[in-house]
Parts: sequence; C-alpha cells; structure tokens
Amino acid sequence: MIPTAFEYRRAGSVAEALSLLQEGGPEAKLLAGGHSLIPMMKQRLAEPGLLIDIGGLDELRGIQETDGEIAIGAAMTHAEIAASDLLREQAPIVAETAAAIGDAQVRSRGTIGGSLAHADPGADLPAVMVALDATIALLGPNGERKVQAEDFFQDILTVDLGEDEIVTGVCFQACRSAAYAKLEQRASKFALVGVAAALTLDGGTCSSARVAVTGASSHAQRLSGVEGALAGASLPDGAASASAGAGDALDFVNEDLHGSEEYRRAMTAVFARRAIEAAAGRG
Amino acid sequence: MSEPVPITINVNGRKRSAMVEPRLLLVHFLRESLNLTGTHVGCDTSQCGACTVLLDGCSAKSCTVFAVQADGSEVQTIEGLADGDELHPLQDGFWEEHGLQCGYCTPGMIMSAVNLLENNPAPSEAEIREGISGNLCRCTGYQHIVNAIQHAAERMAQS
Repeated sequence: MIPTAFEYRRAGSVAEALSLLQEGGPEAKLLAGGHSLIPMMKQRLAEPGLLIDIGGLDELRGIQETDGEIAIGAAMTHAEIAASDLLREQAPIVAETAAAIGDAQVRSRGTIGGSLAHADPGADLPAVMVALDATIALLGPNGERKVQAEDFFQDILTVDLGEDEIVTGVCFQACRSAAYAKLEQRASKFALVGVAAALTLDGGTCSSARVAVTGASSHAQRLSGVEGALAGASLPDGAASASAGAGDALDFVNEDLHGSEEYRRAMTAVFARRAIEAAAGRG
Repeated sequence: MSEPVPITINVNGRKRSAMVEPRLLLVHFLRESLNLTGTHVGCDTSQCGACTVLLDGCSAKSCTVFAVQADGSEVQTIEGLADGDELHPLQDGFWEEHGLQCGYCTPGMIMSAVNLLENNPAPSEAEIREGISGNLCRCTGYQHIVNAIQHAAERMAQS
C-alpha cells in the first residue's frame, strides 16, 4: 500500500515546525513516530501534501519532575515512558499503560504526543491523562495554550488542537494510587474497554476519585457516576458497588465485531472495578 | 510525484545513499533499492512484524517508517546478523530448535528476538512470548520459536 505523494520537511526546531505548519496550511501534517498517521496514509484515509517531521526534536523530549509535577515531552516514545524509573516510582500508571500499548515495535516508534493528538477511541493513554487531570501543552503562532485532558478529547479522532498548533507535552501531578485496567483486542492490543482510576485515599477510605474510560465510547471521558459513588467509599470492598452502573451511564457506546454495545457496557463496570481495586492496593 | 530527496542510511554497517521519493517506505528501500530481500512484507498494516528491522538499535516495523525518516540512522536487517559463515546465536537457535516451517515470519521474528535479548538477556518464557507478540507466525504455534530464543539466550550467556 503506497500513500499519496507528499513533500517531506524535517524541522530543526519547534519554531521552524510552527512556521512550516502555517506555510502548509490544511495540507500540512506533523509526523513524529508516524504509527497512527502512516497506516492512515497507506490506506489513503489521510492524504497530506506536506509532512513536517518533528520526531527528532530535543525540545519535545524528556521526562522531568518539579515540585510534584511531572512533565513528559510530546516526542517521548511509549518504550521510553515504560522504561522511566521516575514514572515507575511517582506515577506508575503511566509507565504501566505505556508498556501495555501495542507491541515492542510499536512502542519503540509511537509517541505520547501522537497518541493524544490522534485520539483513537481505543487508545490507552487518553483515559490515563483524563484520570490524572493532566494538562496538554500546545504551542501555536499566538504562543502557548494549556488544555485540561478532559476538554482536549472531544469526539472520535477529534481534539481541541488547531491546524497551526503543536502538542508539545503533558504534565500532571505525581500520583501513586492510580491504575489502569483494560480488556484488549488480542491482535492490536487496542482497548475494547480501558478504565483508569486515580484515587485520593485516607487509610482504607476514598476521599475523592477521578475515573475515566477509553475504548467504550467515541473518546476518553470521565465516569462521573463512579467518581461520585467512590467519595467516602471504603476500598477495596466498595469498588464493585461504586462501579456497577459505569457502563449503563455512557451516552454512546461503540459496537463492532470485537464487542457489542451491551458487552462493552458490561465490561466498563468490570474494568472500572479492577482499576479501582488495583489503585486502592497502592494506597 | 514529489521531488526525490537525498538520504544516507547506514545499513548493516555500510553507508547507503540514494535519492528517494518521500513516500517510499523503509521496507521498500531495503528490498527494492538495496536488494536486501530478507526483510519481508507481510500484512503491510503494522501488525504482523515480518518487516521488523533494528532502527538505531530498537526493533521497528519497516512498513510503517518512511525511508526519509531513517535518514542519518543505523539500520540492521537479517542480512547483517551472521558473522561471515558463522550464524548469529539466534539464527543457530532457530536452526537447532526447528523454529520455523515456511520461514516467512522468520527474519522479522529473529530481529525482534535480537532486540528482546539485548534488553533482557535471560527472559522468562512469558517475557519471550510478550517480546515477540508483535510478530505473527501462522505455522509453528510459537512453541519452537520460544525454544529457539531460549537456546540462543543460553548460548549467548555462555560466550
């Protein structure tokens, strides 16, 4: 499968990438790992006239912690995130989720910025970013813009990102008591249903929680009913009742040959419970 | 057609320069421009792993990388593994343990295994199965492939 012809430019800096984006207009697309974009181009579902390669930019790399806030550069690969000692210690949910994406080859090329910007309904990291209340950092011709993850993901393959903007990274508060559980499609490892839970624990009691689902619906979103039911719940015993209605509360649920709507609704409750129990086990 | 651009890729220790169309995939550059046909095209949809090569030391599906992205990089293919007539321990392992039947997946499977053993020289069976989960084999049922990788890991640990 051969993509439509395009012009290729390797940006030497984020500033150069921004000006190339403006020059290229709607014809231009950013390329880093390419593991969402290239398959779409090969199927000619995407036919950009200009590809701007930002994969090698040092400005978009790195994993740092400052006063409890962790920042990950957009061009960090899933393999690098999975291998990060900093994340393993301070936000293990992020490293574990990255380690469960696709396969070794996909993880060595695919990037966090690409995954978030593409917003595949079955992608894992969007749910984790929503649960962690992460901020997505964007850079455009008018400067930097920050968007909360729950507002960034809007619909299927649709995010709050302008044609002239670049995702430069994500940041979130360090959080140990968080976990992600997914029912994966066995061949692709995409989530049929994946739930991320981030808990604030006071002994065995949950004082507050953020819970988000991916795979089940058009885009990653919060399960507010579960979050409400978890406030004041004693864990892990209260996880099952708090998550029981999780799937039924979703407005829209995907359906395909891998899982019916009914099955995905049922599994949303099951994997919400598993994520909550795993997160509570870390408290 | 867009303008060809110059690239230089170090393939199996040898610098290879060419003018390529930006849409040329790395796997086609290897197979058609360099005649290195050991790297196979299987599904062509980033799933089967038959096209796996090492790109700057990490396993990658060369059907999902443009050759221009690899400009300035190092690529290792199955042709670059043996030392003259002496097989790489993984090639020897696949021979000794009957790790292939039709052989179509084998080059990609071996390159994934090279990557796995570089990161984890003594993997458990479960780690081996996870490490090759991006490579599909329709003949063997995987058991002999796992045996072959274990064979190679033991031999590499001794040397």
